[in-house]
Amino acid sequence: MKLKANLISGRTADQGAHLEAKTHKGYFDACAYCELNSADLERLGVSEGESLKVTTDFGEVVVFAKANDGNPDGLAFIPMGPWANAVTNPDTHGCGMPGLKGVPAEIEATEGKPLDMKSLMKQYRED
Amino acid sequence: MPVIKDAVCSLCGSLCDDITVTVEDNKITKIENACILGHSKFVGMFEHDRIETPMIRKDGELVPVSYEEAIGAAAKILVNSRRTLSYGWCSTSCEAISKAIQLAEETGSLIDSTANVCHGPSALAAQEKGAPGASLGVIKNRADVIVFWGCNPVHAHPRHMSRYSSFSKGLFSTKGRKGRKMVVIDVRKTDTAKLADRYVEIEQGSDLLLITALRSAVNGHEDVIPQTVAGVSKEEVLELAETLKNAQFSCVFFGMGVTQSRSKYKNGDGVSSLISDLNQHSKAVMIGMRGHYNVTGFGQVATWETGFPMAIDFARGFPYYNPGETGANDVLVREEADAAIISAADAGAHFPQKAVRHLAKIPVIQIDPYANPTTELADVVIPAAVVGIEAEGTAYRMDAIPLRMKKLIDTEFKTDEQIAKDLIAKVRELKGGA
Repeated sequence: MKLKANLISGRTADQGAHLEAKTHKGYFDACAYCELNSADLERLGVSEGESLKVTTDFGEVVVFAKANDGNPDGLAFIPMGPWANAVTNPDTHGCGMPGLKGVPAEIEATEGKPLDMKSLMKQYRED
Repeated sequence: MPVIKDAVCSLCGSLCDDITVTVEDNKITKIENACILGHSKFVGMFEHDRIETPMIRKDGELVPVSYEEAIGAAAKILVNSRRTLSYGWCSTSCEAISKAIQLAEETGSLIDSTANVCHGPSALAAQEKGAPGASLGVIKNRADVIVFWGCNPVHAHPRHMSRYSSFSKGLFSTKGRKGRKMVVIDVRKTDTAKLADRYVEIEQGSDLLLITALRSAVNGHEDVIPQTVAGVSKEEVLELAETLKNAQFSCVFFGMGVTQSRSKYKNGDGVSSLISDLNQHSKAVMIGMRGHYNVTGFGQVATWETGFPMAIDFARGFPYYNPGETGANDVLVREEADAAIISAADAGAHFPQKAVRHLAKIPVIQIDPYANPTTELADVVIPAAVVGIEAEGTAYRMDAIPLRMKKLIDTEFKTDEQIAKDLIAKVRELKGGA
């Protein structure tokens, strides 16, 4: 089962508290997850803490699942950071700003685990 | 033990200037008044992953070198580059920003701030339509209607509502929260939305539709508004328009929901037009919720030194500005930059993958107090003092009010300003005089 979702990224207090501590596990915990509402998580058959694969036209990333019932159906939120930006839209539509909110995404359950920050960045250096 | 009062918190654009810190043996041992973000900032030097020494990447690994060697290697990269991107300079002082602009001019670089992935579109909107603003003190003393549009201060600016907006008490707002109407417009029920008197949930990416409908209502053209706009009923649009029209003083605080969503700068342009319309009926202003504590300062310094607030290209020998062409992300995604210097910001974490992949291919110089994703891509790493804690300097709050940051403890690390000065000197030496 794949969920068609609209992905936004943004700030959270935990992400902000680790802005200058990004090598810590606290940053990984604060940013490597995707929030959907409980009904969407149920549709995917995924519980909080299990893994989700988020795929867009611009990349794919594995993150933990988290429930947030403030989200309407089909709205996915990943805190700003390297995990969210693995799948955001680089096109700036001629005004300088990339598409960091409103990215069409497909979300599914996966057995994979999220990469830690250094492993994620290492991929870019080695590819 | 020295207790320092009214220290300025150099984390977010709220720039709270009422922090009390206790210093013992050159360590901060007690912090009062700071929020979760500020607290983390003040303990950073002792608990976070400090870059302890300058480093240069050799055989794939970063190895310690002297400041002199790192500055030399960085200057060599800058001199050999034909298209350098200088990015960031927002978690630092205006004094450092001024030197960074001089370095960009000296090296014919393109220099851009974190506004590129934040309030850059708001700067474009201000250029199109203006941005009628006020100081946060005026909001605190006068505003009876506060709108948070596409922003979540509970998380991003935790003390904003108690110091400047919803919960604060001022000269003509003695009742505090009870005397203010708080409206939140967002695409999901955030923790800020939970505190609102009115929460308006819109379809993601449809901000401009709602702004246009509100303008129609404010200007007396109800008939053109469809039954549902942006997922919001016409009735709710009309009620919201009435609230804004009948306010004595309203402020629209807006965030990334407005600048990063579809229509981008046209959303800010629309907000500005709405504010202009509202001023036919009452008093209304708009303020962007700025993220990095001195991103506003970058805009100020860059504007008085070059005429432009961001995305300034010195390749022609004079400042040229065309965001969308000269923005940091555009120049990376086009794979045009052949070297980058990134300071007091983290492109590695906050740029889309395609831009980060290009950074990974080119020589990158990083200047920062702490290791972060950019460090993983960097070829030369130059550690810096933490401005606002280990170095003094000026920063501009989100409402463009300059505040002087204090030095609280001593450090051996060089300041961003000194590093930029050293780089300018070394570049001039390598270029053979001037």
